[in-house]
Amino acid sequence: MTNFSNLKISSAIKGLKNKDFTSLELTEFFIKKIEENKNLNCFITNTFDKAILMAKSSDKKIQRDENIRELEGVPIGMKDLFCTDGVRTTAGSKMLENFIPFYESTVSNNLWNAGAVMLGKTNMDEFAMGSANTTSYFGNVLNPLNPNLGTNDLVPGGSSGGSAAAVASGLCLASTGSDTGGSIRQPASFCGLVGLKPTYGRCSRFGMVAFASSLDQAGPITHTVEDAALMLQCMSGFDTKDSTSSKKRTPNYLDFKKFNVRGKKIGIPKEYLIDGLNSDIKKVWDEGIGWFSSSGAKIVDISLPHTKSALPTYYIIAPAEASANLARYDGVRYGYRQSGKDLRDLYQKTRRTGFGKEVKRRLMIGTYVLSAGYYDAYYLKALKVRKLISKDFEDAFNGCDLIFTPTTPNVAFPIGEKQTDPIEMYLNDVLTVPASLAGLPAISIPSGYNKENLPVGLQIIGKPFDEISVLGAANLIENARGF
Amino acid sequence: MEYFIESGAKKWEVVLGLEVHAQISSKSKLFSGASTDWGAEPNSQVELVDCGMPGALPVINKYCVDQAILTGLSLNAKINKMSIFDRKNYFYPDLPQGYQISQFEFPIVGNGYLLIDDNGKEKKIGITRLHLEQDAGKSLHDQDIENSYIDLNRSGCALMEIVSEPDMRSPTEAAEYVRKLRSILRYIGSCDGNMERGNLRADVNVSVRTKGQPLGTRCEIKNVNSIKFIQQAIKYEAKRQVDIIENGDTVLQETRLFDPNKGETRSMRGKEESHDYRYFPDPDLPPLLITDKTINLLKDTLPELPDERKNRFMNEFKLSSYDAEVLVNDKETANFFEQVVANRDVKLVVSWITGELFSYLKINEKNILDCGVSSTKLGELIDLIADETISNRQAKEIFHDYLGSSQNAKTFVKEKGLVQVSDMGEIEKLANSVLQENPKMVDEYKQGKDKLFGFFVGQVMKVSKGKANPKIVNEILKKKLDS
Amino acid sequence: MSIDNSTVRKVASLARIEIESEEEDQLINELNNILGWVDELQKVNTQNVEPMLSVFNESMPMREDSSESNYTNELILKNSPEKKSGFFVVPKVIE
Repeated sequence: MTNFSNLKISSAIKGLKNKDFTSLELTEFFIKKIEENKNLNCFITNTFDKAILMAKSSDKKIQRDENIRELEGVPIGMKDLFCTDGVRTTAGSKMLENFIPFYESTVSNNLWNAGAVMLGKTNMDEFAMGSANTTSYFGNVLNPLNPNLGTNDLVPGGSSGGSAAAVASGLCLASTGSDTGGSIRQPASFCGLVGLKPTYGRCSRFGMVAFASSLDQAGPITHTVEDAALMLQCMSGFDTKDSTSSKKRTPNYLDFKKFNVRGKKIGIPKEYLIDGLNSDIKKVWDEGIGWFSSSGAKIVDISLPHTKSALPTYYIIAPAEASANLARYDGVRYGYRQSGKDLRDLYQKTRRTGFGKEVKRRLMIGTYVLSAGYYDAYYLKALKVRKLISKDFEDAFNGCDLIFTPTTPNVAFPIGEKQTDPIEMYLNDVLTVPASLAGLPAISIPSGYNKENLPVGLQIIGKPFDEISVLGAANLIENARGF
Repeated sequence: MEYFIESGAKKWEVVLGLEVHAQISSKSKLFSGASTDWGAEPNSQVELVDCGMPGALPVINKYCVDQAILTGLSLNAKINKMSIFDRKNYFYPDLPQGYQISQFEFPIVGNGYLLIDDNGKEKKIGITRLHLEQDAGKSLHDQDIENSYIDLNRSGCALMEIVSEPDMRSPTEAAEYVRKLRSILRYIGSCDGNMERGNLRADVNVSVRTKGQPLGTRCEIKNVNSIKFIQQAIKYEAKRQVDIIENGDTVLQETRLFDPNKGETRSMRGKEESHDYRYFPDPDLPPLLITDKTINLLKDTLPELPDERKNRFMNEFKLSSYDAEVLVNDKETANFFEQVVANRDVKLVVSWITGELFSYLKINEKNILDCGVSSTKLGELIDLIADETISNRQAKEIFHDYLGSSQNAKTFVKEKGLVQVSDMGEIEKLANSVLQENPKMVDEYKQGKDKLFGFFVGQVMKVSKGKANPKIVNEILKKKLDS
Repeated sequence: MSIDNSTVRKVASLARIEIESEEEDQLINELNNILGWVDELQKVNTQNVEPMLSVFNESMPMREDSSESNYTNELILKNSPEKKSGFFVVPKVIE
């Protein structure tokens, strides 16, 4: 069997068109790899039978040269946050362990309509709350890029840990993730992959299990920038079923290839040079800045003064919205139910057992910051600081076209670390959260390695709906880094 | 007319405010496309939002927004060009999302008022606001001893919550307020006002005080669904509060229910903790912006409203305020009146519609639309009275049968042999014979016993088998007796 | 601001999550840590700043008033842990 690991989508599409191989061959290859790598625990649910049917159907189309769609026959992983019709959707939680939706999310529907093949539902932190994929009811995901090979397993990042690990270990060509505070970018960075969080409103949230409604966004996790553009093209677009879906026209994202960084201003925010920033990461960042300047870009020092308030702001707003979004999980109409002596007891026991520790912690915080007496001091305050953070970016973009930072303050760490204090885990998101709060498009592009040969990702943040520039700039890094 | 509860030496004033929930008569729900039809099988008119499924998102129904604006305009209220939807968070099995989408700080409609008729005088009742919100589902508690059954067909239906100022001072005023509000809603068609089905229901806030004192503690009586019950509940509750205070105790602020079987209000159990609804703006919905253009376009579609129509009836037809109010209360009745009254005697038409016709409708539990009585049918009968073919009393006797027959009035009356005897000669003959047969009575009358005149009239009517024209009988008898 | 036992119980009650008394103390610690950390925001000057309700700046889309019930009673109840005669079933609620 041909080794299709680390095949790019763009190459796969060419190969399928040229009839070098079939979608069925690709799919069977990945199915075998998934079965051989169960220990990584990337998938919660496998959909092998369905995948084979989808692959065969794609092959028929390709054979007849009829109606070949953008991602015809391309096998991918679907984060288990997206509701898939007839296929179990758990959001990484015991609460939805046996939940089978009878409807399809818009993002996944778009991908199937583009001909993509569903290998399975990827593992994730419970209800997307986590930065290491260590809170899933279905067990931890292991980072396949472990230089110590088996001892001292590393985290893949989270919450889209399963999605990232699956792509990094060659179990699928690409996967979908969701990003609320960094959940696509951070695992992409930890796994040496491209991870894109589009502008808020670019992709529909219909059928996505909601965590924090004003922050959640779907996005691709891929090997290359071109693959990310191909995935985004299919995933994005206006949806009448989502009131926060943007009506702005979707451009041709492959136009990123025409993007020229010459003359463009790249902003380097001083506040991102944080205390405790890993020195290897700083080195890669500096190297990246060098690639931009040697390509004719102008490097500009900028300030985003409220950066350090972003994480606390996020950890008020996201839990608050989550506390309302997760109130529907009460054991009555679907999902886990634990009976109690009366209705109230049923609710309390169901939610005690159905939710994991981290989720319960955030629901408590969220309920508290919205409650009478605390609303003004916490929630309302956080909304105001959000405005300041957003304005910081607006002002900065008056003087630059793109903003360039590291994605994470550290590289993939061992499973078991940062588990004593929740805040330690939250600090993983310090560099990704600001772009989430401002709703801006942001990508993580693998840019180098640390001394232990673990991947380092750099982040490029763009103006609203300017994914093309973001992809274009990331493409420059991809070409410059030489791997 | 002032209403007081007199207790001991004190006169207690009753202060009332009403929150009326009116279900908008739209085909689909406020934030989903599920049908709002009455009487469907349980849980057969439910969309994802209505049962709180994971990934469900709300999209607003334009018709419902328009109806709220029209209602606001008809209540002389300010339409707020920017309004926001909030989540009202609490747990209950008929509230599938764990929150109700409502409007808290920025409702769609602001201050307004409506006028009620207070014994010929007009009283203005202030309206604080009107907002849009989702209705909850229905719980059935009496199907099973241990369980409650939940039907979500009503969950998500559009409600307008109309809040009055505490301007009412008696059960009658409250009844008039609801009657007027219901009439207005039915005129514009935004709500069918069916209280039995719960499409219009009121929460009644009651407090008492002695004149000049500040407002007393108020209790809220929830979900009263008939005007009669509203009055009964107020009477009971006001007295209950007066008794408590007179006993030296204080009234507890609480939510109560009205029990129509006992005619009492009782405290709602299980409300030990007051609700902390943790309102916050719904991140799934952008602000609702309304333009002047929209408001003006809608304003142009407003029909003649009850007050306008009443004034026109009083001017055009010289009706009393009372009669006009009664006729315009229901739009269809007012339409019917205008059709019948064309070229006919106003007083006669008014008395026949508000008298005989209304009682016919009541006995047969029909309304003016489905009773099968056309304006022509009634008009023809009235014409026969006007030209003295039959007497008013005869017409009353045959009214129900006439309505049931398919014949026209002239034919029906003729076949029944009811044509009134108006021939002077004939009646003279009958009058003479009556007077001749009762000489003693004639003497008594001539000596001053005026009451006997009625006896003579009755006798003439009797011998004529009711057919003599009473007016002529009176004239002739008078001439003979007073000469 | 810090949470004490009665507050944590009140919040747990509002959130309908059962907390055992043994867990209370640890939870209070964790929550207080987090709240102490987010309290950083109190230092930020937000005078005259409008709260940002959302990053979404486009108008509210509206639907036509047509009813399309896509889902049958069977589908709606499909995942329900307890159902009877077309209804969802819960322990009796007393009003």
